[in-house]
Amino acid sequence: MYNQPSPLETRILTRRFGLPRSAAIETYLAHEGYQAYEKARGMTPEAIIEEVKTSALRGRGGAGFPAGMKWSFVPRASSKPKYIVVNADESEPGTCKDRLLMENDPHQLIEGMLIAALAVDARAGYIYIRGEYRYLIEIMDRAIAEAYQHGFLGRGFDAYTHTGAGAYECGEESALLESLEGKRGIPRIRPPFPAVVGAFQCPTVLNNVETYCAVPWIILRGGGAFAELGTPKNGGTRLFCLSGHVNRPGVYELPLGFPLLKMIHEVGGGIRNGNRLKAVIPGGSSCPLLKAEEADLPMDYDSLAKARSMLGSGGVVIMDETTCMVKVALRIMRFYAHESCGWCIPCREGTNWLRKLLERFHDGMGRSSDIVLIGSLAKNMLGRTFCPLGDAAALPTISIVEKFAAEFEAHLEGRPCPFEEAGRLVMA
Amino acid sequence: MTFSHQLEAKLAKLMRSYPAGRERSALVPLLLFAQDEVGAVTPEVVEEAARRLKITTLEVEEVVSYYSMLHRRPLGKHHLQICTNISCLLTGGSELWEQACRRLGVGHKEVTADGQISLEEVECIGACSWAPALQVNYDFYHQVTPERLDRLLAELRNV
Repeated sequence: MYNQPSPLETRILTRRFGLPRSAAIETYLAHEGYQAYEKARGMTPEAIIEEVKTSALRGRGGAGFPAGMKWSFVPRASSKPKYIVVNADESEPGTCKDRLLMENDPHQLIEGMLIAALAVDARAGYIYIRGEYRYLIEIMDRAIAEAYQHGFLGRGFDAYTHTGAGAYECGEESALLESLEGKRGIPRIRPPFPAVVGAFQCPTVLNNVETYCAVPWIILRGGGAFAELGTPKNGGTRLFCLSGHVNRPGVYELPLGFPLLKMIHEVGGGIRNGNRLKAVIPGGSSCPLLKAEEADLPMDYDSLAKARSMLGSGGVVIMDETTCMVKVALRIMRFYAHESCGWCIPCREGTNWLRKLLERFHDGMGRSSDIVLIGSLAKNMLGRTFCPLGDAAALPTISIVEKFAAEFEAHLEGRPCPFEEAGRLVMA
Repeated sequence: MTFSHQLEAKLAKLMRSYPAGRERSALVPLLLFAQDEVGAVTPEVVEEAARRLKITTLEVEEVVSYYSMLHRRPLGKHHLQICTNISCLLTGGSELWEQACRRLGVGHKEVTADGQISLEEVECIGACSWAPALQVNYDFYHQVTPERLDRLLAELRNV
């Protein structure tokens, strides 16, 4: 752990964090480890899936799809082998939670995989870890070896780690599967979805690290208990990653539905230097931004959708009054232009045109017609790509030009950035 | 091409990780692990990967060109990767980036003349709550201050 925990946390997935040698199997076994797996072995696959459905556990990677539902789509009667794949390609800007889950409690993830395997009759599983997280491959490999020694792995289910090598796109599920098969990470056309045609063209359960990590607790304490922690249809807790201009940035486990303003001011210790809140990215850089006056809402999937944003991956990026929103839009777009895999033209060309337009703006050479052009270019990308990266680039951009139009106007016709003139953007 | 015993053992385990007939799956990890040892994805590494996985060198090349961590020329002994994505931007990452460029006299994906340090401006490395952050090779550095960066650069020049 790299930050102090908060007394406001509800520690479910992180309850073993901070124990001495928390990653070791002995520690895990001494604290309920693999008990859920033993319990699940006495359950039918239908009962396991039903429990996960009852828990209202939704995907923690970004899309928020109900996990139990996803598992139920796997055709168990199929004669093909089935696979469990863990998306540990954490690379959504603002997100740094899966790292902690693997670093501090790798067996919780393995146990989640084992239970998912029972639910869909899978015989092997792969943990796809981004290349930059090399130390986590070592930690997971050690944990896997321990799980073999103790007989949890190897009796009908094998687990492996697999490394990526630097590509945001590989966090998208179908691109991840391509990458797992030794190819460029470009998205597949869906349907068919991975549940039916996934890894190695076989039925596959593919979830985020945090989603699997919630499963042992759900099996042990019951889906109902997990569901009750959150709000209706938004079960449990999640690891929120607070970053940016707060006094106590950090990763905190809080129940779904936790008020965003309370998260910023009480968990995060408020805005640095006594400044005012200006904007929040509620769930990673792919989500439409919220203005300060829109931030009074509970952090669950449905409330964020109602506010025309997303809960996303749990990356809560907080910006104060000194932040230049044109610069933020530009930095976000530079990222997507760099990471677009190039497969779909609206995304490949759109992100680069938007980057150029925003660069021109930030250099003080924007034209008033560009404000309209940025919005219309971004809107023309929506829904026109095979994977969500195109939308992920367009949505925050649209939200910034619409909600902070005045800041774009302040950058027009050769005027220098008012935020840089007043000092540096960053006054950390 | 022969690799060290440790790498060969690692690759042997890797090749056993995938279903029969799906050995190509080992390609990305193989290239990254080989690069760690050889220093770059050289033409020899490409040919060796193709030979071992029974695919064409073209199929290897198209993968090499896709992944940003794979590179064809050797980097510095210490590869300094500074994140300037959103959370780091808000907390001083760009200033750290400029500072490193000035101090080292090199830019993005360039190597110092003595081959000690290479520099890269990277996208989000997953340390947002402990920003600004950077990596030296695979090691993370969190909440990096300008002073800490200067000390780090001095250390890396000499080891």
